[in-house]
Amino acid sequence: MTVIQARDVSLTFQTADGPVHALKDVSLTIERGDFVSFIGPSGCGKTTFLRAIAALETPTAGTLEVAGMAPDQARRQRAYGYVFQAPGLYPWRTIAGNISLPLEIMGFSRADRAQRTQRVLDLVDLAGFGAKYPWQLSGGMQQRASIARALAFDADILLMDEPFGALDEIVRDRLNEALLDLWKKTGKTIGFVTHSIPEAVYLSTKIVVMSPRPGRITRIIDSPLPRDRPLEIRDTPEFIALAQQVREGLREGHGYD
Amino acid sequence: MTESAIPLGPGVLGRGFGRALPILTVLLAIVVIWYLAAVWMNAPWVRDQAARADAVLTASDLIRQTLTLERPVLPAPHQVAAGLWDGIAGQSITSKRSLVWHGWVTLSATLAGFAIGTVAGIGLAVGIVHNRAMDQSVMPWAVASQTVPILAIAPMVIVVFASMGVTGLLPKAIIAAWLSFFPVLVGMVKGFRTPDAMQLDLMHSWNASRAQQFWRLRLPSSLPYLFASLKVAIAAALVGTIVGELPAGATAGLGARLLSGSYYGQTVQIWSALFAAAILAAVLVMLIGALERLTLRRMGLAR
Repeated sequence: MTVIQARDVSLTFQTADGPVHALKDVSLTIERGDFVSFIGPSGCGKTTFLRAIAALETPTAGTLEVAGMAPDQARRQRAYGYVFQAPGLYPWRTIAGNISLPLEIMGFSRADRAQRTQRVLDLVDLAGFGAKYPWQLSGGMQQRASIARALAFDADILLMDEPFGALDEIVRDRLNEALLDLWKKTGKTIGFVTHSIPEAVYLSTKIVVMSPRPGRITRIIDSPLPRDRPLEIRDTPEFIALAQQVREGLREGHGYD
Repeated sequence: MTESAIPLGPGVLGRGFGRALPILTVLLAIVVIWYLAAVWMNAPWVRDQAARADAVLTASDLIRQTLTLERPVLPAPHQVAAGLWDGIAGQSITSKRSLVWHGWVTLSATLAGFAIGTVAGIGLAVGIVHNRAMDQSVMPWAVASQTVPILAIAPMVIVVFASMGVTGLLPKAIIAAWLSFFPVLVGMVKGFRTPDAMQLDLMHSWNASRAQQFWRLRLPSSLPYLFASLKVAIAAALVGTIVGELPAGATAGLGARLLSGSYYGQTVQIWSALFAAAILAAVLVMLIGALERLTLRRMGLAR
């Protein structure tokens, strides 16, 4: 079942230096349960595309459908959870308080909030940290809390904009594993922006390679890797060949500039 | 919320003494300079008196007399301290000579004006942040209101209210509010705008209403700015109240005490009232500081 459908989506920002073509004729289909990574150099429009899906930006041409609706309608129906690069937790709320914030806004009952908060805390392996304040947690734990916050209201789509970009490699590996585990348990459709090739290859069922000026898709690679992926899979020839393909795709798009 | 222990700062008392030393040194220097200035400024009058009486003045006579005059040009620190002590502790607090009574009159108008000013400042800031028309129109007027000398406005306010039969606390509170709303307005506009684009995007992704965005994000984020503004505002409110007490021929309040002191050349009284006002301001600012530390620590925002 198709969850996200983009046809010839273009997005142009009007700036003081003239128009900037952030996206040009981007077409993509994302099926239910896919894990799709967007990879490319900065300025290739990968974040802009994710934001367009979330209705945080509006395409200037083409059609974009999220869960069969216009993106803004999907946003109003809380079809997706969004995770930014920074955790963005409120320092004056506990971890549990932060996670129940979107639930309060959406009008869930107190009992329902408590139960859902507990469930997602378990899911991201933060059970027992609900009463802590953000500053009492490490950066990786804070980011897990922000993922829990995005999961709390049970949206089918999880959009993640370089969620582990600010973390060190060891923590990032662990969180990648945890994210795969979580994806398997929940069956969410995940859109994931990154500029790490190993991260994209390790996590995704579909890798979208993008290039800048104007932002466009140069390659869409369907991963042959099985859905069960231990960290060691990164040393297999299949993994390395896939990474090679992504690298080539990135080089193609780069041109001479 | 229940089990999180919030650590207190290290050794408050020990650090307090370390901080007090430089303050005490500066205070000592000021007192010394003040005594020298008192001798120097009061000396001409003492010499004059001695010349008229054909008396010979020794240096120690001169110094002793300059520091004990009844109406000195500049009273010595111990004279002011005695005047202050007499005004605070030496009078029944219902007496018109009691600085406690005058202080209360001033304080009540200050607090009323501070409350009005704070509410007005926050209200205008909310409007500016949420309404484009207000965003573009309010600030110039607010700035203009502060460029008009308060000394020119105060008598008009007093007279206008008096013509309507309103005297006492309210007109003074209005003048105090006039001065104190401005720092709150400027601080809160900045404070309400501290949440970054990501925080606002998150709220948007949850389809939060503007009210939810305000109560759950903008207001808590703005609290550090609020307290900084309130400290300026309460000091400004006190100044406004005292200025409001000057023109009306008022008989109550620290401002009236200053004015009557200057009418009758009672310099000790002027300086005592001045110091009473300074102490009052310091106490009020410290109270807000304590409230700030308590609130921000509880919110995990203490820096």
